[in-house]
Amino acid sequence: MESFRIHKGLAAPLDRPNIDTDQIIPKQFLKRIERTGFGEFLFYDWRYKSDGELNAEFILNAPQYKGATVLIAGRNFGCGSSREHAPWALLDYGFRAIIAPTFADIFATNCLKNGIVPVALSERDVTTLLQRATEVSGYELTVDLEKCQVFDAQGFNASFEIGDFNRYCLLEGLDDIGLTLKHEAQIAAYEERRDAWRVRAV
Amino acid sequence: MSSSPRTLFEKLWDSHTVREPAGEPALLYIDLHLVHEVTSPQAFEGLRVADRKVRRPDLTVATIDHNVPTTDRRLPITDPISAKQIETLRNNCQEFGVRLYDINSKEQGIVHVIGPELGLTQPGMTIVCGDSHTSTHGAFGALAFGIGTSEVEHVLATQCLPQRRPRTLEIKVCGSLPSGVTAKDLALGIIGRIGTDGATGHVIEYRGEAISSLSMEGRMTLCNMSIEAGARAAMVAPDETTLAYLKERPFAPREQLWDEAVAYWRTLKSDEGAWFDRTIEIEASELAPFVTWGTSPGMVAPVTGRVPDPADAETEADSRAARSALEYMNLAPGTRIEEINIDRVFIGSCTNGRIEDLRAAAQIIKGYRINSRVQAMVVPGSQAVKLEAEREGLDRLFLEAGFEWRESGCSMCLGMNPDILQSGERCASTSNRNFEGRQGKGGRTHLVSPAMAAAAAITGHFTDVRDWRFN
Repeated sequence: MESFRIHKGLAAPLDRPNIDTDQIIPKQFLKRIERTGFGEFLFYDWRYKSDGELNAEFILNAPQYKGATVLIAGRNFGCGSSREHAPWALLDYGFRAIIAPTFADIFATNCLKNGIVPVALSERDVTTLLQRATEVSGYELTVDLEKCQVFDAQGFNASFEIGDFNRYCLLEGLDDIGLTLKHEAQIAAYEERRDAWRVRAV
Repeated sequence: MSSSPRTLFEKLWDSHTVREPAGEPALLYIDLHLVHEVTSPQAFEGLRVADRKVRRPDLTVATIDHNVPTTDRRLPITDPISAKQIETLRNNCQEFGVRLYDINSKEQGIVHVIGPELGLTQPGMTIVCGDSHTSTHGAFGALAFGIGTSEVEHVLATQCLPQRRPRTLEIKVCGSLPSGVTAKDLALGIIGRIGTDGATGHVIEYRGEAISSLSMEGRMTLCNMSIEAGARAAMVAPDETTLAYLKERPFAPREQLWDEAVAYWRTLKSDEGAWFDRTIEIEASELAPFVTWGTSPGMVAPVTGRVPDPADAETEADSRAARSALEYMNLAPGTRIEEINIDRVFIGSCTNGRIEDLRAAAQIIKGYRINSRVQAMVVPGSQAVKLEAEREGLDRLFLEAGFEWRESGCSMCLGMNPDILQSGERCASTSNRNFEGRQGKGGRTHLVSPAMAAAAAITGHFTDVRDWRFN
C-alpha cells in the first residue's frame, strides 16, 4: 500500500447522504479478478446515461472537477455491500481522501487498507467544505495525516481522528498481514487452547 | 478475568482475543471463514504474490453463489467473465486446499444460508466472510461480520483479524409480533426508526420476548438486515430454539463434544446488570407489515400508510435525498402504499430465502393465480431449501400460481447473474437493499416480507397480509 502523509488536491463535492457502495461501483463490474482498473467504472450509473453517453449533469463530469483527488460527501458514505472494489475504484480514479460526517464501518476499513484516508468531520464543517468546493474555482484541500488536520487556503482548518494504529499504518504504508504474522507464537498458543468441540470443515 | 457482569458480545470478544494491547486494535481469532467467488480472487492472488499459505484450510469453507445462473445448471455459464470468476475460485480452492461446495453440489447455496444449515455456524464462534450480510450468523449467538477483500486475505493468511472494539447496542423487543408481522417487518421497522447509520460502530444484541419467540429463520432475517442499520454485527443469545436447530446438523458436534459445547453455549448470554453503550426499546405489537418506498432501506412505511412528503423530512439533506429517491422510484408524495402496482416479484436471498420464508409465501398463494401483469420468481436460498420445499410440494403451489421455480443463489438480490430488473420495472422483493440500480439499472425495488411479496404477486399491488383470505 502506498503511504499517505500530506496530500493537497482539488476537492469535488458530492452532496448526498447514504451513498452506498452499489453506487460507487455497480455489481456488473465485480466480476473481474484483478484489483486494478476499476476507476473507469466509478459511480458508473451516475456518470453515464443508459446509452453509455457521459451524463453532463453529474458533478464529477463537470470540467472544473477533472483531476479531483479529495471527495467531499454526505453522511454514512460507503454504506451497504462490503465490496472492496469501491475503494479500489475511488483510488484508481484518483481519490486519496474522502471527507464526510460519517462512514460505514466496512467501507472505512477497506479505505484504510488501500491508502485512502476517510476523514470524518462535523456535519457543519462538511457543509462548509461542500459549499466552498461548489463556489470557489479550483478549490483545493490539504489533508495532513501527520497532524490529523484538514485545511484550505481560505482559512478553514479542522482536526480529525483516525486512531493511532490506522494512522501509523497509513503513514508507513504497512502491510498489516506482516504485522499480524509477527505474533505467530501468540496465535499458535491460542490455537492450542481452543476447545475440542469447535467446528472443523474436514 | 474480571467477574463484573458481561454482555454476550464481551464474552465472545474476550474469548477470541489473541492479544489486546492498549492503543492498538485487538487481534481476534477467527473460528470460521466463509468464502465466495466475488470477493476472494484478489485475496488468493495476494497470498500467491507474498508466497503465503492458507493458515487453516480446515476453518475455511467456500461456495459459489453470487454469479450462478438460477436456470438449468447443466448448461454452461454464458457470461465469460462470470465463468472465469467461478473457475478462479475452483482453482484457488484446489491450490490452497479449501473445501468448496461447487455449483452442482447438493450443499450449494447462498453462503449465509448453507453455513447454518450445514451446522458450520454455531454459538460462541467468530465468523467472517467477504460479504456484508455475514451478520446473519449472529442469530446463533456468534460474533459474525462482513469484511473486505484485504481482510479476507488477512484471515486466509493468519486466521486472525486486527479489530477495534465496537460499542454495544441493546435492542429490546417487548411483547409479541402481531399475526402477519414477520422478522422482516421488525427489521424494516427498526431501520426506519434508527436510520441506515443508526447502529454504525455497534454490535447489536436483540433481546426480549419477541426475539425469544422467533424461529432461527426469523432471527437470521433480523440479524441479516442489521447491516442495513449500519451495525458491525448483530446477535441473539443461544437458547433451546438454537440447540434444537443445530442438533444433528452435519457439522454440529456429536456425543460428548455436543454435551461439552452445550454446557458452554448455555453460558452465552448477557449477564444480569451487564452494561450496553446504548439501549433501544421496541414494542412489537405496534409494528405492521412494512414496505420501503425509496432507495435506502430506512425509507419505509406501513402497508396501510402513504409515501411521505419530502418536505416533511427532518433536515434539508434528508429532504433532498427523499426527493431524489421519489424521482428514481417514480412515486408521488401522498400515494397510498396499497395503490402502488408492481411488475415483478422476487422471493429469495440470504434475507428471506429459507424454507420458512418459502412456506409463508406458499400459504398466501395457495389456490390463487398471480396477477397477469406480474412476473414472479422464487429462488430458494440453497439446494437443501429447494429440495425440502419440493418434498413439501411448495414448488407445485408456486408453479401452479404462475411463479417461476429456480435453482439456488443470490440471484436478483443483486443481479450479478442474468436475473435482473429492466429499467423502470417495479419489484416487490424479499431481499435486503433497495439501492438505485441494485436489482438492475433503473429497476425500482420495494423491500417486503415473503408473505407481503406473495400477496403483491397475486393482487398486482401491495396488499396488507393481515387481511388476507387464505385458501
